[in-house]
Amino acid sequence: MSLRERLASGGFAVTAEISPPRGASIDKITQTAAQLKDWVDAVNVTDNQGSNVRLASWAGSLAVQSAGLDPVMQMTCRDRNRIALQSDLLGASALGIRNILVMTGDHPKFGDHPEAKPVFDLDSVQLLWTLRTMRDQHILLSGRKLDPAPDCFLGAVENPFAPPVEFRADRLGKKVAAGAQFVQTQFVFDVPAFARWMAQVRDLGLTEHCAILAGVGAVRSIKALDYMQSHVPGVEVPDHVFQRLRKVPPAQQTAEGIKLAAEIVQQVAEIPGVAGVHLLVAGNEQAVPAILDRAGLNLTRGTDGR
Amino acid sequence: MTAASPVPVHPRLGARVAYRLQRVLRPNAGYRWFAARIEGQGPARALFTSAERQTKQKAFGCRMCGQCALPVTGYVCPMGCPKELRNGPCGGVGADGSCEVYPDRRCVWVDAYDRAAAAQRAGDLRLLHRPIDHRRWGQSSWLNYWQGRDEDLWTSEPGTTSEPGTRT
Repeated sequence: MSLRERLASGGFAVTAEISPPRGASIDKITQTAAQLKDWVDAVNVTDNQGSNVRLASWAGSLAVQSAGLDPVMQMTCRDRNRIALQSDLLGASALGIRNILVMTGDHPKFGDHPEAKPVFDLDSVQLLWTLRTMRDQHILLSGRKLDPAPDCFLGAVENPFAPPVEFRADRLGKKVAAGAQFVQTQFVFDVPAFARWMAQVRDLGLTEHCAILAGVGAVRSIKALDYMQSHVPGVEVPDHVFQRLRKVPPAQQTAEGIKLAAEIVQQVAEIPGVAGVHLLVAGNEQAVPAILDRAGLNLTRGTDGR
Repeated sequence: MTAASPVPVHPRLGARVAYRLQRVLRPNAGYRWFAARIEGQGPARALFTSAERQTKQKAFGCRMCGQCALPVTGYVCPMGCPKELRNGPCGGVGADGSCEVYPDRRCVWVDAYDRAAAAQRAGDLRLLHRPIDHRRWGQSSWLNYWQGRDEDLWTSEPGTTSEPGTRT
């Protein structure tokens, strides 16, 4: 079952994330996809995450697809202008890659080529709008006709916790108006704050048009948490999470992180309008079964007819 | 594209004054006539554009994209965003409202939201901005505005069924 089908069926969707390697091989991606495919509906393939050069997301997506798992191809606005972005959608669609996740992208300053030209020709709202028009109106931004038009299931991201917090539900509203059919959020550590954002999202009627997948991460150690807090733009880790991890000896921090993630999965699943979770576990994929098991969401995918 | 990289700028001109000026500068037959006259003469056009550049640079940190979004962004220039985002903030805004690229500066969209909300204009931020035309960098946006060339820069309603391209 694809992500689109899972969401259409009203089932609780689970997605995860794969970061392609810095190197010309898809072996690791294929291996990870094979591990994950009985547990998740789809897996994101990141687009040069953190502005670091990695194997292209379309190639990684193709590898995921060949391994029997539904890929979500991430597409950032950082490195490509409107010509390249539209061309990438055509290529992805022709290869059978359906899920496209659109995001602004980190600034090059944070990556391994800080001297690079930041492109940002389109922003994420404009890119969603463009891709939707290509699919539904069969035209490019230029107005030229497409034959045949691409097929795609469009996703977006949102950070419910970053200022201006009052505007974050409206910001998602713009993305939904532009064409977003599903959204994956930034790490949810602060569940009450997430619930407040969800209430606004429901009030705006967005859950009728867009499936909300809450981002949940498994923290491996205090060190990893520190890094996340100081190096990942837009992530704020509440004190209670630090305190909780500090209470356990280093050898048990990974297990505690999984426990915490499972609890957050359970809590967000109870919030009306939440259609699934996006597990932010890149590099720690073996945590996925543990989190889902512990959360009591035994959603083994292998048996449901995929 | 201008040579300088975009840097968030807090406008020197207060939002209230700016909104008042907006009413005064709204396009009408007189401005249209004036804009057409200026555009017809090279030197006058250059002089006018240079005056606009200096005024708006001082007031808003204008970079002369030539397609001004200020009327619907709380009079905070979105082209000062290091990602030049015209549809709202990215997800990297610091908990204190700082820009992720220039942590000692405030995110232009945090600024825009505060100024627009204080003037009961927060709803403006829900409008969808179309992709910009990079051929217009360096042009006078006032002349473009008065000549009606800016009408398609953003949607008239928050939701939209129209297309993002302006040349369709």
